[in-house]
Amino acid sequence: MIIEKNSTLPEIKKILESVCDPEIPVLTIADLGILRHVQIVNNIIEVTITPTYTGCPAMDMIAANIRLALLENGYSNFKIISTLTPAWTTDWMTEEGKRKLLEYGIAPPKGNAGNISTDGVECPQCKSTHTTLISEFGSTACKALYKCEDCKEPFDYFKCY
Amino acid sequence: MKNNLTNYCLHLADTILIISHRNSEWCGHGPVLEQDIALTNISLDLIGQARNFYQYAATLIGNNCDEDKLAYLRDPAEYKNHLLVELQNGDWGVTILRQFYFSCYQYYFYQELQNSNDVQLAAIATKSLKEVVYHLRWSSEWVIRLGDGTEESKTKMTNAISILKNYIDELFIMSDEETELLHSKISVNLNSIQLKWKQKVNEVFDEATLSFQNSNNLQTGGKNGKHTEHLTSLLAEMQTLQRTYPNSVW
Repeated sequence: MIIEKNSTLPEIKKILESVCDPEIPVLTIADLGILRHVQIVNNIIEVTITPTYTGCPAMDMIAANIRLALLENGYSNFKIISTLTPAWTTDWMTEEGKRKLLEYGIAPPKGNAGNISTDGVECPQCKSTHTTLISEFGSTACKALYKCEDCKEPFDYFKCY
Repeated sequence: MKNNLTNYCLHLADTILIISHRNSEWCGHGPVLEQDIALTNISLDLIGQARNFYQYAATLIGNNCDEDKLAYLRDPAEYKNHLLVELQNGDWGVTILRQFYFSCYQYYFYQELQNSNDVQLAAIATKSLKEVVYHLRWSSEWVIRLGDGTEESKTKMTNAISILKNYIDELFIMSDEETELLHSKISVNLNSIQLKWKQKVNEVFDEATLSFQNSNNLQTGGKNGKHTEHLTSLLAEMQTLQRTYPNSVW
């Protein structure tokens, strides 16, 4: 049985901020900037999220995971709203998120949205910037495939968006 | 007015869905693994964009209409896509050239649509443009690589230019509905993006040592539901599940 708790917004935010991205599980939806806004209106929790890429198949999963996290913690009165504006950008990725991404083996976005330069991407393994683009699109649309000319390891780069 | 807007959304959605479907036919058949993945990732972006337009159209139509009904339950004569996108893939050169033409078109189209008085269209455009920037760079580089490549690749690209030449001008012909929407600053003025499109194509063709060929037999009618026979077989395959087992869901 689900018991509706009478708790505060910070507690709810904490639960939502711990929901992970299904594709890159080291990042939370807060790290990625997908979680835009949380508020309580007439006893209903309104969670606003925004999609990363328009075709990203992880979005349905993310909404399902939000639902699950809230239900597990005793909240059943909520609404998930998906918004397109303002459009998601990698500029919203937190510094903590970028650090975790690097540790996970994915080079974080270099520079701001609009920077589509392929130069100077840092190898997550040996930190060399002597790297070459292999393909504009890696294992997912948001990443490009690179190789490091020094340590010879291939790696994914999270593109600026 | 609402009808015009619905049809405009359907035209945009159909065109994007159909090219996305064509590109997805390359999945598992690309010349090298990385490019196979690149093209299918572009398809995925495009499906996402098409979904946004279908979802908006479904909201405008009401009556429990949804994106799946619009994509899977309309006949070829109801589809409003450009003819360019329904043509068969041909070889890698034709596929690349078509994607380059289309990405270039989308790049300038979305730049204008961002300023639409319709907030939902503007929102979809702003978001999609971020993706098209990468599609355009990828396809431009392939046009250059193949055009300025070997004798064989150049011959194939020249052949691709010839195959597609009669399907380009249609991209820039305004329907009456679009012209009406333009008065309310909702739709994009296609005349204003044609020049930019041509300049960009010429720039890439110069680097690719390729020459543009003008149309000698303009093919048009897509927006009004007049299609080539290729759309019928494409839809037959794409819609088969929903047609055979109506209302089935994942």
